[in-house]
Amino acid sequence: MTINWVDFTPMPALLGGLILGLSAVLYVVLHGRILGISGIVSGLLRPQKDDYLWRFALVFGLLTAPFWAMALFELTLYPIIDADWLGIIVAGLLVGFGSVYGSGCTSGHGICGLSRLSPRSLVATATFMLSGFLVVYIIRHVIGA
Amino acid sequence: MRKHFSLISQYLIGVMFGFGLIISGMTNPQKILNFLDITGSWDPSLIFVMGGAVLVGLGGFYLVTKRSEAFFGGVLHIPKRRDMTKPLIIGSLMFGAGWGIAGFCPGPAIVSLGSGQIKALVFVLAMLVGMIICDRFFTGHKSKP
Repeated sequence: MTINWVDFTPMPALLGGLILGLSAVLYVVLHGRILGISGIVSGLLRPQKDDYLWRFALVFGLLTAPFWAMALFELTLYPIIDADWLGIIVAGLLVGFGSVYGSGCTSGHGICGLSRLSPRSLVATATFMLSGFLVVYIIRHVIGA
Repeated sequence: MRKHFSLISQYLIGVMFGFGLIISGMTNPQKILNFLDITGSWDPSLIFVMGGAVLVGLGGFYLVTKRSEAFFGGVLHIPKRRDMTKPLIIGSLMFGAGWGIAGFCPGPAIVSLGSGQIKALVFVLAMLVGMIICDRFFTGHKSKP
C-alpha cells in the first residue's frame, strides 16, 4: 500500500463529513427518521397515501444541491467516472437490489447506523466495505493488471 | 402550515446533505474507487468523511434517542432490530460490489444526476430497477435502513 498524497483531501473530507453528520442528526430531530437515502428512495417506488411527498422533497433537495452549490459558493462537481456503460448498469442494479435487500446503504448503515452503534449496521458497513475492497482489487489489479 | 414547513425542512436537509457530499468529494466516483483501492495508490479521504459524520452523529443520536417525538410531530422511526440475517449480509455484499464497480452509492449518484451527468442518470435508473426487483420479488414491503 502507498498513500495517494496527490488526491488525499483530509480537510474538505472532514468538513463534508461534519455536514453529513449534522444533516443526519437534524433529520432525526426534526422528522424522526433515519437519513438513509436508499430507504427514502425505495419508498418512492411503492407510494402510499401521504407517504411520498416528504420523500420527494428530500430527493429534490439532493438533485438541486449542485445548483445551490454553484449559485452560493461557486462549487462545481468534477466527477471522473471510470466504469463503462455496462459497468454502470450492472453496478446500479447491484446497488439498488443490495441496498433494499440489506436494509440500507452508506448513509443509513454507514453514517446513521454507526452513529447509533447499531450492531446490524456495523456488520453491514464492514461487509460492503470488504466487498468494495475486493471488487476494486479484482478490477484494478487482476483484470486491469 | 406545519406540514409545509416540514416539507421545506425535508428539502433543505436534502440540499445540506448534498453539500456535504459535494464538499467531501464523495460525488467523484474516482475518489471512492481510490479509497477502495487499498492495495494500490490509496486515498484515505473517505475515512475522514465517515469520521467527521460519525463524530457529530454519535453525540447527536445519543441525545436524540432520549426524546420520544419528532419536532414536526410523530414518533421516532428508529430501527430496533438487532438480529443478524442472511439478507443483511448478502445485500451488503451486493451493495459493496456495485459500489466498487462504479464508485457510486445512492446519495452521490442522485446529486451527480442533479448536475447533469448522463452516466449518473443511467446508474440511478438501473438502481431503481434493482430496488423494484428486490422489493417485488424478494423482501416485500419491509425495507428499513
